[in-house]
Amino acid sequence: MEESDSVESLCSSTTTRSDRSSGTRVSDTELRSKGRAIEKVYKDPSKGELPLLPEEHVQDSAKDVTYICPFIGPVRGSLSVTNYRLFFRCTDREPVFGLDLPLGVLSRVEKIGAATSRGDVSYGLACKDMRNLRFVHKEPEDSLKKSVFEVLMKFAFPVSNNMSLFAFEYKQVFPENGWKVYDPLAEYKRQGLPNESWRISKVNDHYELCDSYPAALVVPVTITDEELRRVSSFRAKGRIPVLSWIHPESQAAVVRASQPMVGQNGRRCKEDEKLLQAIMDANAQSHKMFIFDARPSVNAAANKMKGGGYESEDAYQNAELVFLDIHNIHVMRESLRKLKEVVYPNIEDSHWLSNLESTHWLEHIKLILAGALRIADKVESGKTSVVVHCSDGWDRTPQLTSLALIMLDSHYRTIRGFQILLEKEWLSFGHRFQQRVGHGDKNHTDADRSPIFLQFIDCVWQMTRQFPAAFEFNEYFLITILDHLYSCLFGTFLCNSEQQRLKEEVPKHTVSLWSFVNSQLEEFVNPLYVGYPSHVLFPTVGIRHLQLWVTYYIRWNPRMRPQEPVHQRYKELLAKRAELQKRVEELQREAANRTASSSSERAGSPTRSITPVQTFV
Amino acid sequence: MLSLGSVGAKSTKPSFVSYVTPEVSFHAALYLRCEVEFCSANPILKYTQDDLSQRGVFGTLFCTNFRITFISDEKSQEETTKTFKNKLYGENDIPLMFVDHIYGVYDEKRKLITGALVKNKYPSKIIIHCKDLRVFQFCLTYTKEEDAKKIFQGIAHHCLEEKSLKCVFAFSYTGTPSPGTDISPCREMQRKRETILFDSPEDWTQEMKRTKANCRLVTENENFELSQRLPKYFVIPSALGDLFSYQGKGFPIWCWSHYSGCALFKASLPPVTQEDGDFQKHFDIMINAVAHNYLYSAKTEDLSESLPTIQDIQQSYNKFKQFFLIENSTDFWLSDMKWFSSLESSGWLDIIRQCLQKAVEVVECLEKDNTNVLITEEEGTDLCCVISSLVQIMLDPYYRTLMGFQSLVQKEWVAGCHAFLDRCNHLHQKDKECYSPVFLLFLECVWQLVQQHSPAFQFSETYLTVLSDSVHMPVFSTFLFNSAHHRESVLKAESPLAQSSPLSCPTVWDWSVQFDSKAQNYFFNPLYSEKVKHEKAVRKPHKLKHQRQLSLPSTAFKTPFKKGFFKDETDSLKKMLRVKRLSRWMGSPDSTAAISREFYESWQQRPLDYHGLLLPCLDGPAVRVWMQRYLRWIPEVHILGGGSVAVMTKLMELLSQVQDLKRVLEQRDSSQAAKPDHRPYIQHRLLSFGSSGRLPSSFPFAYSRNRSFKPIIPTGLMQCLMLTDSLASQEDEASSFVSLV
Repeated sequence: MEESDSVESLCSSTTTRSDRSSGTRVSDTELRSKGRAIEKVYKDPSKGELPLLPEEHVQDSAKDVTYICPFIGPVRGSLSVTNYRLFFRCTDREPVFGLDLPLGVLSRVEKIGAATSRGDVSYGLACKDMRNLRFVHKEPEDSLKKSVFEVLMKFAFPVSNNMSLFAFEYKQVFPENGWKVYDPLAEYKRQGLPNESWRISKVNDHYELCDSYPAALVVPVTITDEELRRVSSFRAKGRIPVLSWIHPESQAAVVRASQPMVGQNGRRCKEDEKLLQAIMDANAQSHKMFIFDARPSVNAAANKMKGGGYESEDAYQNAELVFLDIHNIHVMRESLRKLKEVVYPNIEDSHWLSNLESTHWLEHIKLILAGALRIADKVESGKTSVVVHCSDGWDRTPQLTSLALIMLDSHYRTIRGFQILLEKEWLSFGHRFQQRVGHGDKNHTDADRSPIFLQFIDCVWQMTRQFPAAFEFNEYFLITILDHLYSCLFGTFLCNSEQQRLKEEVPKHTVSLWSFVNSQLEEFVNPLYVGYPSHVLFPTVGIRHLQLWVTYYIRWNPRMRPQEPVHQRYKELLAKRAELQKRVEELQREAANRTASSSSERAGSPTRSITPVQTFV
Repeated sequence: MLSLGSVGAKSTKPSFVSYVTPEVSFHAALYLRCEVEFCSANPILKYTQDDLSQRGVFGTLFCTNFRITFISDEKSQEETTKTFKNKLYGENDIPLMFVDHIYGVYDEKRKLITGALVKNKYPSKIIIHCKDLRVFQFCLTYTKEEDAKKIFQGIAHHCLEEKSLKCVFAFSYTGTPSPGTDISPCREMQRKRETILFDSPEDWTQEMKRTKANCRLVTENENFELSQRLPKYFVIPSALGDLFSYQGKGFPIWCWSHYSGCALFKASLPPVTQEDGDFQKHFDIMINAVAHNYLYSAKTEDLSESLPTIQDIQQSYNKFKQFFLIENSTDFWLSDMKWFSSLESSGWLDIIRQCLQKAVEVVECLEKDNTNVLITEEEGTDLCCVISSLVQIMLDPYYRTLMGFQSLVQKEWVAGCHAFLDRCNHLHQKDKECYSPVFLLFLECVWQLVQQHSPAFQFSETYLTVLSDSVHMPVFSTFLFNSAHHRESVLKAESPLAQSSPLSCPTVWDWSVQFDSKAQNYFFNPLYSEKVKHEKAVRKPHKLKHQRQLSLPSTAFKTPFKKGFFKDETDSLKKMLRVKRLSRWMGSPDSTAAISREFYESWQQRPLDYHGLLLPCLDGPAVRVWMQRYLRWIPEVHILGGGSVAVMTKLMELLSQVQDLKRVLEQRDSSQAAKPDHRPYIQHRLLSFGSSGRLPSSFPFAYSRNRSFKPIIPTGLMQCLMLTDSLASQEDEASSFVSLV
């Protein structure tokens, strides 16, 4: 397959998956609108005529598989499994119906019940992206032959089967190399760092101080590397307080850390106290600082039993401790599980609102946003530096700091700025993506899994709803990120830390999601973007203004789908705007010409050309 | 409210109490024509709603025959900055008919003020809840006792006591000379496409022509000899015989004809009495007449059986609106916690869903089955109006234009004799049975459609919000009467000269009475995708018809026409007749939902045509709260620099640029006698929003509390999520056990 073709098929497959939800229905019109790509796709899956990616190979296919669609009922068709995805194409139904999902989204593949008298077996596929699929098919008569689902299980969980993830095989070349998007030193330079108060320390160059932190750390100039080493023994997992962001005017800093190992005896560490004092002193505007502990105070106190805890006000004078009452990863996982129950497959209309409330999902979103809002307010309005931590400082902490940074710094609201933010606050500071998502791992009950990153993206989405003109990216961008969080097509979200990614040579062997994204930016641009450069955004966190992200969580339900896919609508709007702007320019030119040559014969054409002023969007 | 921020910082006690007679300070120019002052008091402290600190502004409180008004002692600069200003009332004015409830605070206890309480001592603070959901709080303790008492009793008397229609301000307002003569620029500009009032036979004939209806116009009720509850002119199936023989009973009144020929009718249907036979006979006559209209098929639907009663609607709305009448921040954050379940418990969104659902069912009968539909209810002027107007909006793109929508309201509601006076309870009658926000329910349903299919509507959400407020403006005749007969007799009786022409009140559609043309720009939806050909926009798209019929094959039973069929007697007709009761025919409610689900889905699969059939999505998450109307006065939810206003202003700016240039070119082109532009002249010129990023989301209604830019940090988060779950106390990181190993 030619390279240009495969790029196209990649685009179309991702478009299809995230937006069109091939999970349910592909109508005639849809196929038509999709154009050549799809026509080519569904010629005959069994002959391998699939839109395969480079290095993607069909592993097995089966005819006479029935997909039990919760929306339109059973659909018969054929199923193919590659080392990257699952294809299902119906054979007995008009309009044509297809299903195309990366195996990475599967969290569980199970045989349901025993084979029936007719030899039918039923398989349930639970997905990480808010849907469950069910297939029924005949057990192969030849008992030696593996069922397609056994093949599926093997390739869905490569890590458990000692195979490598597809990302390591996928060798697409994009015009841009996304691994170069984030350069820590360049980003700190943009913030004006290092400066007279802050230096960039190399103490963690070989990840010896803290294996889950990045190599480059910004710390106060007054603290020596030796002192940092001592601080690292006092902070959980060695995650010492380091700078995330500095206010360009007030020099108030956002600092992140993990919990201090205070313990039941109230241990103290004078280097840690000195470090926090130095952080406060680096900002001449304020003689106070705030420590935001993301946890509920009860949980923070309970952590003392296990050696952790929180900063006592005796030890840290002039520091005010605030608890933000955000719950732990287990509560969030449970909340999302309940949400899935409420939205998939069917929605109970008359009890929709109380069902939604019972999941607490939006309340968690509210608490996270409220926490970030308080942090941003202290930095912006109070001109005070803040330290943010939770227990280990890799779940709630990046949620809070990155949201606060989006509120404070308009750079992070651009497409590239947002990529930098993710690379920095989430990836380099060691959010445990591998554990939280469980890439290629069949252990679906793993208590380490939790939708922390999804929750953050949801919060960002809530902000884009409230400030429709302040973000350069659109909703489709966020959905694409989430889809590839699970897809294992790109290396971006693999591994748990920067150190692991370097060890596994992820940047060398895989493609970055940003390579793909930045090679077709127009798909992800918000046409309404104005980009107020100096504006701080303070969202409203009242639950009245929070909405369930229907176009993500309920996108598999055909009834809830907008008739035009969201990004399509955005693109049209963008084109319309360009057209209008072009017209404005044309008219201006024409007007100028007209004043030059007073009476002209070719009158009228401008009026005709701009009749449909009211736009179609 | 703009000045409040600075004022609020002042001491909360009056340093100087002015005893200057208020009349002097009340500038004459502030009065509307014929506005008469009843009483006043000074100084009164008006609390600002912003925060808990109970700060406020001092000023004078007046009560006139039109409004309660508060005039701040401070000079406010607000007037200059407002682009969306109502000419008739300002931010600190409460037209008397806007008052919903008044509460008094007596020794820290809040009591609802009723007639009985007025005579006792006056409260230290009065809280006024308005029908447009504003909340005012005035402190009476700083003024002289007798003034306080007078103003309290005055307000309570004029707002709460039952009054006669004559006392409504409209009659004083119109009674003055030259009300009708002011031909406003707005009317001028709308000459081409004026709102059709449906008060003349020509309007009805025109409407029948437009929809190609084959019905009969009735003019026999010109002097209300047939019935006082019926419109002056109306249209009935041509098969109906002598109307006078059915006197006292309902008629099937024509609403609208589908392009296929089938039509929608509505009728009042008194509850079945003892003489069942008589009733049944009349009902059969009605059905036959309706069925005769097209293909001898008809379905009927008794709305009082399948939809909530008007009392249910009222109760539900009463609960619902309480969630938005927020008096302080603490209340706000408390109610935020159980927000979704509170909303659900009011049932208001569910009623909206039911109405839209019913309308979709009727649309299905007309569009898919091509049967005539007769909807009935006891009065025939409440839910019938809701459903028939919604059906017409979904099917007929003309009604999605501004003028079309206004004409629809005239046709179905005003000329259609909806009892606005009783339903809105303009006169504060104690008998609460007849009060019900039916018209508001209709606007809510329309809002859902606008929200879901914005490009299909020429008018904006702001327009609907303003219209919902204008229902209570005691200046317009549109929403003031119970029926056409009522309107005519009252206007005649109130005429200043007994023998002269009846009194003329302005209609609400003359928007220039309330807003200047700049403000009226906000009524237009910049996202509206207009039909390219202006002439055709009014009519239905002919070319599409055929396609649509093909894409949704009619399952209707279609009898080939037999010759001489019309001469046959009713026997054979009845045999042919396919009369079905909509609700019964559909069987259990579950299957109804399933069938209309299918209808929606098949519609959804076709490419969307904003000028064709429009159906709402009714699944749980799709039916939403009308944020603009309900949240506009609550500062806690205002997003500074955000909200849909950010998008709208951006689009409007762009459109205005294009139009400006177009106009410049047109002016230069004097040689080109181009055909006149029929579109209402929309001047999309806004203030140049150099700071458009800083408009609050409540724009154009409430303005930012003050110019300071601070986030609203929620209070009481601690109670927010008390999870007793064992998960909450579980160890944060499961990985911590690893360290033990």
